Amino acid sequence: MSAEHPAIIRNAQVADLEACPCMSAGDFRQTLCARVSAGARLSALFARRKAGESGGRLYAVLAMPGSNNLGLLCCDVGDSYPSITGDCPAAHWFEREIAERAGIRPEGHPWLKPVRFAGKDVGLTDFYRMDGNEVHEVAVGPVHAGVIEPGHFRFQCHGETVHHLEISLGYQHRGIEDALIGGPDARTIHYIEPLAGDTTIGHATAYAMAIEALGGSRPSARAHAIRAIAAELERLANHIGDLGALAGDVGFLPTMSYCGRIRGDVLNCTGVLCGNRFGRRLVVPGGIMHDLDERLCKDLLDRLESIERDATDAIELMFNAPSVLARFEGAGTVSHELANQLGLVGVAARASDIEYDVRREFPYGIYQFTQMPICTWSTGDCFARAYVRWLEAKQSFAFVREHLRSLPAGATRQGVGELAAGKIVVALVEGWRGEICHVVGTDQSGRFAFYKIVDPSFHNWFGLAMALREQQISDFPLCNKSFNLSYCGHDL
Amino acid sequence: MLGILKSRLRQKHRTMLYPKGPAPQLPERFVGRPTVAANKCGDCNVCAAACPVGAITKGPDGCPRIDTGKCLFCGACERSCEGGIIKFTSEYRLAAASRDDLVVGPDSPRYMPARNDLAARLFGKSLKLRQVSAGGCNACEADSNVLCTLAWDLGRFGIDFVASPRHADGLLITGPVTRNMALALRKTYDAVPQPRIVIAVGSCAISGGPFAGLKEQNNGAAGILPVDLFIPGCPPHPLTILDGLLRFLGRVE
Repeated sequence: MSAEHPAIIRNAQVADLEACPCMSAGDFRQTLCARVSAGARLSALFARRKAGESGGRLYAVLAMPGSNNLGLLCCDVGDSYPSITGDCPAAHWFEREIAERAGIRPEGHPWLKPVRFAGKDVGLTDFYRMDGNEVHEVAVGPVHAGVIEPGHFRFQCHGETVHHLEISLGYQHRGIEDALIGGPDARTIHYIEPLAGDTTIGHATAYAMAIEALGGSRPSARAHAIRAIAAELERLANHIGDLGALAGDVGFLPTMSYCGRIRGDVLNCTGVLCGNRFGRRLVVPGGIMHDLDERLCKDLLDRLESIERDATDAIELMFNAPSVLARFEGAGTVSHELANQLGLVGVAARASDIEYDVRREFPYGIYQFTQMPICTWSTGDCFARAYVRWLEAKQSFAFVREHLRSLPAGATRQGVGELAAGKIVVALVEGWRGEICHVVGTDQSGRFAFYKIVDPSFHNWFGLAMALREQQISDFPLCNKSFNLSYCGHDL
Repeated sequence: MLGILKSRLRQKHRTMLYPKGPAPQLPERFVGRPTVAANKCGDCNVCAAACPVGAITKGPDGCPRIDTGKCLFCGACERSCEGGIIKFTSEYRLAAASRDDLVVGPDSPRYMPARNDLAARLFGKSLKLRQVSAGGCNACEADSNVLCTLAWDLGRFGIDFVASPRHADGLLITGPVTRNMALALRKTYDAVPQPRIVIAVGSCAISGGPFAGLKEQNNGAAGILPVDLFIPGCPPHPLTILDGLLRFLGRVE
């Protein structure tokens, strides 16, 4: 394989860690930028520090839509290397993380600030500042007004208009990536499930796929189907909850009230599956912990029927209200070009007309046999992000119904062998927020040498910052909810 | 307007009768408070070895003690125990006013007292809480927030979440208290007028949960603030949280 081509791997397929072509920093940058401008997505970019030596190795995972292929490339660097962000804005947040975590400096990075403040004084950084007559600054957080996670937001405003929003996170940093090294052990799954507690199924599925690939285990079609049912229930609960919260942010109380309750009903369906409303203890390497029998399938189908009826009524009420549409339309617009440049994922990307969904581009589990239609909208505003959620929820209802009626036979759980040594695996999953990427490398004894996690929020927080430009500050809650990003998933 | 009224009729009245009527139905597979059978335990210790967070120790009688303040309710101990000594029940009343009361042994009652006389007297009819997520994964937060929806209607008990700590009677804390949130938590607590109460929701806020021992967090809120009510679970079911709040305030027995 020539140095200018990335190693080609498939989603959740093991490769030799050493087979990854190690390029010069120049070739690495050139290959990465060329692939991204040709339509690839930067799914992960991270550094591994070499123990006791200066410098480290950079890894990049490129998702190449339309080809079913993932590209893997790496290069060895010293304590600094020329930054990639200038030519590839999607690398912006990743390079800040590399500087913070590995101490390897991307020279020429335009905005080199900590992303998590691990071991530093959180929130103390060189905030961007505008000066001038009647320019003012609004600082919010880390403790926000609602029952939500902490983060710090700084708005540079002139009157009502926001010229710049700076988002400074890290308050939720628990140190999970470091804690995972040397695993897996009894605690590993319990680090993974609460990576982002509202995405328990999404992250646990990515983890299970990685372990199954490394341990040579092939879960049954039944296990895959039940995982996907749980994943679509997770999507439904969150999308319906978000639609209700969006209604609340523009003061449309009926839909807010109904959807808050309906979201709980969907969580109760997950409770029927595994006893826990967030899907804890369901997805495990090798399969699932709990099976479904005919009676439980019938129970879930009955519940879903009334949930779908109530949700349709509540949500169409909102989309038929001119006062709601007037607030949603044109608020927080992210253009297609910008969304592409920033490498947005999930609902936020599809609302800007980017046809990208891991379930279709890099299908895994049961999605290899069932095609999920991709739902997009072209306006890139709060309306688009709301409407794409509703389109996706409708697809999820249909998917769950269909699969509950025709569950394939098979064992719930297969054994998982010892993990292969010296390997790397990339697991991509479409969580309800978007692409989840886990990159796992094993050492010579088959333990985790590194475990890189990229939550969809990691790609999208900067999208929210850009969406706020030239908006009224009073629209921030609406714009924020239309993205509804995870703090803990970002902070890890 | 007519559409809104029609929808209102279709969506019906949904607030549950509990606590005046029956508690909402829990899923069959719900994992609640564990029990430990007396007098049958050997000295194999597999349960303690199976626990991912070290919640199980051996008591002086040789029987296991399960610290539900650390427990993730994953059931690994129950599955590991060949003698069937440990069983998880569907008992949702997990909250307790004392940290020591979270430890379940062979002679533990079905549930432990959660009442706080001062809180019952001062806040029994009106309790305003400031929620602080300090490393919480958004599951405890979501299932605390869900109490504000019309199915649970927390407001009917005079309990509300408020935006400003200065309007609050106490804090409801979730998460293991990350190093990066410790100062903000402390400042929020200091901004709450006295007398004030602190409620720790979820295994993270009680003990650090799955993150216990990691250097970026503080093993829960109790090392930083005095905690008056502990509500175990990962995350606790909304019914467990509501029950804890109501028993804390003496609103139910």
